[in-house]
Amino acid sequence: MVVGKVTFTKLEREKLAEVLWLLNWISVMTGATLFGLGLFLKIEILKWQEVMSDQGILYVPHMLITTGLAACCINFLGGKICLDCADTNKFLRWKLVMMPYVICTFFFTSCVLVGALMCYSIRGQLEESLFLGLRSAMRFYKDTDTPGRCYLKRTLDLLQIQFHCCGNAGYRDWFHVQWISNRYLDMTSSAVVDRLRSNVEGKYLADGVPFSCCSTFSPRPCIQQQVSNRSAHFNFDRQSQQLNLWRRGCRQALLEHYTGIMQSIGLTVLLIWLFELLVLTGVRYLQTAMENVLRLGDPDSESDGWILENSLAETARSNFNIIKNLGKCYQTDNDPNINVPTPAVEQEVPSQLRPEGSLTSGTPQVQNL
Amino acid sequence: MPFMPVKFNLQKRVKLAQGLWMLYWLSVIVGIVIFSLGIFFKIELRKRSELMDNNESHLVPNLLILVGALACAINAFGGKVCHDSLDPMKFTKWKPMLKPYLLTCCSFNVLLLLTALLCFLMQFAVYLTLAEGLKNGIKFYKDTDTPGRCFMKRTLDMTQIEFRCCGNNNYRDWFEVQWISNRYLDMSNDEVKDRVFSNVEGKFLMDSVPFSCCNPGSPRPCIQHHLTNNSAHYDYDHRTEELNIWTHGCREALFSYYSSMMNSMGALIIITILLELEVLSLERTQEKFFSFKSRSSQQHSSSKLTSELKHTTLIA
Repeated sequence: MVVGKVTFTKLEREKLAEVLWLLNWISVMTGATLFGLGLFLKIEILKWQEVMSDQGILYVPHMLITTGLAACCINFLGGKICLDCADTNKFLRWKLVMMPYVICTFFFTSCVLVGALMCYSIRGQLEESLFLGLRSAMRFYKDTDTPGRCYLKRTLDLLQIQFHCCGNAGYRDWFHVQWISNRYLDMTSSAVVDRLRSNVEGKYLADGVPFSCCSTFSPRPCIQQQVSNRSAHFNFDRQSQQLNLWRRGCRQALLEHYTGIMQSIGLTVLLIWLFELLVLTGVRYLQTAMENVLRLGDPDSESDGWILENSLAETARSNFNIIKNLGKCYQTDNDPNINVPTPAVEQEVPSQLRPEGSLTSGTPQVQNL
Repeated sequence: MPFMPVKFNLQKRVKLAQGLWMLYWLSVIVGIVIFSLGIFFKIELRKRSELMDNNESHLVPNLLILVGALACAINAFGGKVCHDSLDPMKFTKWKPMLKPYLLTCCSFNVLLLLTALLCFLMQFAVYLTLAEGLKNGIKFYKDTDTPGRCFMKRTLDMTQIEFRCCGNNNYRDWFEVQWISNRYLDMSNDEVKDRVFSNVEGKFLMDSVPFSCCNPGSPRPCIQHHLTNNSAHYDYDHRTEELNIWTHGCREALFSYYSSMMNSMGALIIITILLELEVLSLERTQEKFFSFKSRSSQQHSSSKLTSELKHTTLIA
C-alpha cells in the first residue's frame, strides 16, 4: 500500500522542480543562520566557561554548527539537482545520486530536530554545572597568585557586576568561604588570630562580601563588612539591608540568561526544521515521480509520486532485511559451483543401511552373514 | 557626418548615467548611516545628561539627523532623475528642475562642511560641560533623598564601573567631598563628631572612595577606606598600589569616548562631502551632454532637411 500517493503531470513536475530549486536556496540561507546561531551560542558560553564545571553544554552549539554547515552543503547540491530534475534527460545524470541525497537530507533534518530538542533539555545539566562551577570559583576567589586561577577573581567580580547577582544561591554563600587571602591578613593581629582559631579548618570566615556584590540601586553607600549585623551600622533598617547588596544568586542569573538564549534559538531551529521537512517531502515526491517517468518510458506522461512505496511496517522490514543481508555477502548459499551436501542426500544414506542392521550411532558394525 | 558623434556619445552617456545612478544610491545609504549615527549620538548624550548638568548642547546630533535626512531626499531625487535621463520622454519634465537642483546640491555641500566643522569644534564644549557636570555629580552623590538628584548616585556608580574611572580628575576628588549622607552618620559617635568639627564647613570628609571605584582586576580584595593610610591595611603602600582602584578620572574617560565618536562622524561627513562633489561634477558633465545632444540633434534634423530638399529638386 503506497503512502502519500500524488499524481503529477509533466507541467506539475517542472513546477515542483522549480519551486524546490528556490526552496533549496532559501534552505542554504537557513543553514547559514543555523551556523551563525551555533557560533553565537558558543561565544556566549565561552565567555563564562570559567564558572562552569563541565563543558558538556558545548555539545549544543557544536551540533548546531555542524548541522548548519551540512545544511548549506546538502541544500546547495540539492538546488543543482532539483534544477536539473525539470528535464528528464538531465535527471539521468543524477539518478543514482538521488536516493543517497534523500537519505542524507532525512538524516540531517533529524539532526536539526535533535539540535532543537537539545536546546530545551540541557537546562538540568547546565544548572548542575553552574552550581559546581560557581562553588569552586568562590573557593578559588582568593587564589590570585596560583597559576590557572589568577583571573578567577576578576571573572567572578565582573559576573556579579554585570548580572547583578551575588554568590551561588545568595550573598550568604560568601560567609562560608574564605575569600580574603592569607597574604593580606595580618597574622600578628589578635582579632585575626582569634577568628582563625575559632574556625575548625583554620579558615578566616567573616560576614563580609566582595565589593562586586554591592547594589548600584542602594540609596546609601555600600556596606560590605558585618552585613548581617544590623546594629553594627547606623540607621541600617530592613529596607536598607534589602537594597544594599544584590539579592539574586549568580547561578539563577546565569541560568535565566542561558535559558532565555537557548529558548529563542530552539524556537528558531524548530521553525527551520519544519521548513527542512517541507523541502525533504518535496524532494522525495520529485525523486519518485521522476523515477516512475523513467520506468514508464514516456517523458511527457503523468507519473505517480509517493513518500513510501509500501506501508511503513513493510518498508521497515525490507530495510532491516537489507541491513541483515549486508553481513552475509561472503556466505556461499547461492553459489552453484561449490559442493554443499543437500539435506535429501543425507537422508538417503541411513535408509540404505536400515534393513541390514540398525546404525544408531553411525559407527561401522560387522554384519553376521 | 553629424550622425557619428551622437552614436559615440550615446554609449558614453549610458555608462555615465549608470555610474551616476549607482553613486546616488550609495549617497542615499551614506545619508541613512549619518541619520542613524545622529540618533545614536543623541541617545548617548541623553543617557549621561545627568552627568552634564542636563546642560549639554544637542546641536551636533540634531544637525546630523537633519543632514542625514536631507542627503537621503536629495540623492534619491537625483537618482530618480538620473534613471529617467536615458528616456527623452520622461526626462523633458525633469529638465527645468536641473539647474535649481544643482544649486540645492551646492548649498547642501556647504551645510555638510559646516556640520563637519561643528563635529570637530564642539568637542571643547563637551569637555567643559563634562568637567562642570562631573564636579556637581560628585557633590550631589549623597543626595539620594532630594527630588531631581535621587539617581545621581546610581548614574555615577554605573559610569565609574562602565568607563573604569574614579572621580573627576582622579580618585582624590572624592576626598574633598562629603559623599556619605548625614542620615547614615551616627552623630553621637566621637570619631564622627571629631571629623565633622575639624572641617571648616562642617563636612564629613575622609580619604575613602565609593565601591564603584574598585578595580575587579586587583589581586587583593578592594581597599576603599583609609586609602592614604598605609598602616590601616596589612602590606599596603598607597604610592605603589596601582591596581586597587581605577586611577583615571571620569572626565578624561568620558571625553575620549565622546570625542572618538565625534571624530569618526566628522570623518564620515568629509567623505560624504567628497562623494557629493564627485556626484555634482558628474551631473554637470551629464548636463553638458544633454545640451550637446539637443544641439547635434537639431543640426542632424536640419542637415536631413537640406538633403531631402536637394533630393526633391533633383527629381524635379
